[in-house]
Parts: sequence; C-alpha cells; structure tokens
Amino acid sequence: MGDAAPVTPPESQRIDLRALYAESEIGPLLAELDNDLVGLEPVKRRIREIAAFLLVTRAREQLGFSSGAPTLHMAFTGNPGTGKTTVALRMAGILHRLGFIRKGHLLSVTRDDLVGQYIGHTAPKTKDILKRAMGGVLFIDEAYYLHRPENEKDYGQEAIEILLQVMENQRDDLTVILAGYQDRMDRFFESNPGFRSRIAHHVHFPDFADAELLSIVEKLAHQAEYRISDAAREALRDYILQRRQQPNFANARSIRNAFDRSRLRQAMRLVEIGAEISADDLVTIEAADIRGSSVFATPLPKSSA
Amino acid sequence: MRLTQGTFSYLPDLTDVQISKQIEYALGKSWALGIEYTDDPHPRNTYWEMWGLPMFDLHDAAGVMQEVTACRAAHPQKYVRINAFDATRGWETVRLSFIVHRPADEPGFKLERTEDRGRTLRYTLHAYATDKPPGRRYG
Repeated sequence: MGDAAPVTPPESQRIDLRALYAESEIGPLLAELDNDLVGLEPVKRRIREIAAFLLVTRAREQLGFSSGAPTLHMAFTGNPGTGKTTVALRMAGILHRLGFIRKGHLLSVTRDDLVGQYIGHTAPKTKDILKRAMGGVLFIDEAYYLHRPENEKDYGQEAIEILLQVMENQRDDLTVILAGYQDRMDRFFESNPGFRSRIAHHVHFPDFADAELLSIVEKLAHQAEYRISDAAREALRDYILQRRQQPNFANARSIRNAFDRSRLRQAMRLVEIGAEISADDLVTIEAADIRGSSVFATPLPKSSA
Repeated sequence: MRLTQGTFSYLPDLTDVQISKQIEYALGKSWALGIEYTDDPHPRNTYWEMWGLPMFDLHDAAGVMQEVTACRAAHPQKYVRINAFDATRGWETVRLSFIVHRPADEPGFKLERTEDRGRTLRYTLHAYATDKPPGRRYG
C-alpha cells in the first residue's frame, strides 16, 4: 500500500471484463436478486457495487496488480422483516461465485451460539462456530446482544475479541456479516470501535412501501400457486394500512404470516361450503379470507375518527 | 528412524497444502476430523491423546488446519495425527489417519529377543524414546 514506486503496469495487456463477468456466472445471480426481491433498491445498488468491485479486484489480480485481500465484512442494518437474512444468503452465493470464499455456505448464529455460560466456555464455543463458518459466511443476527454494557463481567466481550482477531487475521477464510436494528447497531459500534473499523460495508435496509408489500404477497401467492382476487387485493391494501399502525409490525414477515393465515381461512371457508368446488375455488383467495383477520377488528387509531 | 504409521506413511511428510487437500477430501465425504498427539511411538499404542473434540459440521479445511497449527505449537516434540471418522452405518470407523507432525529427532526401536522354552525366540519392539518418562521423551 505505502509503496511509493508503482508496479509497472503491463499496459499492453488487456482483460475482457465481460468475459470475466460471464465466467463468474454472477449475472444470473444478480438478475435473480432483482427478480426475487421486491424493492430494496439501495441494497441492490450496494450489492452491485460490491460485486463490481470484486470483479475488478479479480481482473487486477489477473494482470498482476497487487490489491491485497479486500475486506468483505459487512453490517446489515434495518427493521425486522426487511430481508437481511435473505440477502445474506444471496451474498454468500455472490462471494462464492467470485471466488472470494471457498465454499459459499452461510452459518447463521445468534449470541447463544457464541457466548458460553461459565468461565472458559466461551472461547471454545466461539472458535467452534468460527471453524464451522470457515470457507463461507458467518451471519450474526442481532449482533449487539454480544455486548452487554451493564455487566462488565459478561462473557460476550470474550467472544467479541476472538471474532475481531479472526476477522482481521483470516480475512480470506471467512466473511462476517453482522445484522440488527439500526439504532442498536449504531450504539454497538460506538462501544466497539474495533468492529466498525473492520467492517467495510455498511448496508441499510429500508422499510417496504405499501405497494412493495402488496407485490410481495403476490409473489408469495404465485409461488404457492394461489390467485388473489381483485376484491381480495383491495382488502390486502386496507390490511397493510391497518397492520402498519399496529405494534410489532415486521414488514415482509408480517405480510407473509398474514398470507399464511388467509390460506387457513380460505380452507375453512371451502370446507364449510362442503359441496362440490371447482379448481378455481381451490386456488383463489377471496376478500373474505383477508377481511376475516383480527387486524380489522381493532379500529384505526384516533386519526380516522 | 522415521516412524511410519497410517496412510501415506511411506511418502515424504505432507506439506500443509497437501494436508489441506486431504482434509478437503475427508470433509467432502462428510467424515468428522479429529486431531491426536502422543509421545509413545509404539505401533500398538492406539491410545493417543485427543486435541480437543472431533470436529463435526465443518465445510472448509481452514478450521482443521488452525487446530493442527495450534497442536503443533503446543507439542512440537510429539507426534500429531489427523483421524477422519466415517459415521455412516456399517462403517462407523476411522477411514483415514495420517501423521502431520513428528519430533525433530526420532531414535527408533530396539528389537528385543527373549528366549523361551525349547529355544523358541519371542520378539518385542521397544521404543528408545519410552525409556524416559512421558513428557520428557524427544528432548
């Protein structure tokens, strides 16, 4: 890095980025990401940037420029149900295709998997997880629970130290992705500056807009081979508006649960009809299946009154 | 005298890259890898000390190599080997076992002849290293 004398670039040499791109098969993966995941534009743009950077790093290596192993550790912040885990899974695939991790698996852990219950229990536990994550991506969900400022004897600090050491020394063996809610992650990074400096990519996951949530349901319905009637779509629009006002709204996760419950209600409705039903009946979600939700039972807060 | 035990025993010592590749092979077969060490080189010594627990659910050799390095650093003057255990029903045994580290100086074995009844000769292998108490063998 600090070398003043630049490497004489083999200028005559040329490299075909497009061929490299095609070779890495990353195109289909990114296209899949675009098609499968609704919304999340800033996240997708960031992933494209990272993918492009990795591709260029590969190209530089092939022409003999040293660029050092890039730091790939990431932090995903965002509200619940905004797709952090889903994107992390995709990320493992992208890094694998570009050859920056060897195996491409994702190991998802929380505080419980890393921190032990008594003295001397934490280090082996954390090391065991790290060994299993080698060659892939270690995804630490709700990473801020590792740090408990109110208890200075907390074993979480030990896990953090081991993690930091491996994140620094074995960058080419594994990539760590930390995930959690924005505000708590910010506080976590403030109290652990070591983490902030070792993480190159901070990616924020925005909340889904109403229209995006609706298209998520339609995608889910399509995958499960259901059809949503026009009236039901209207009902869903109302449902999303209502659900947003209520506590514990978890974006796509709440909507997926709502869809699953509407399938239950549809089944009950069909069984109660009891008579012959058509194939069309079997695949159609009607407005009644949505309107039956308890979300509609609680009136909107004062603003509508 | 160079100790020859386990797989690859008549090949020159494997380099770390070669060891990594053997580990990858074992992981590819879903075998669990364990590391053991000893300072008793007798071929009938099946009770080597375990270096930590056998490692399950690994995907990459880097994790095992990390432990191999740690074990070598802790026991530079002992033998270290890797065992790959196959838990498949019907096998349930070690499928691959090879030495990944050995002491700098290996004094070898003495052949002891005991004369038995009717001038029968009985043979025993005795490792020179085991003349000293455990922990003080191999320098």
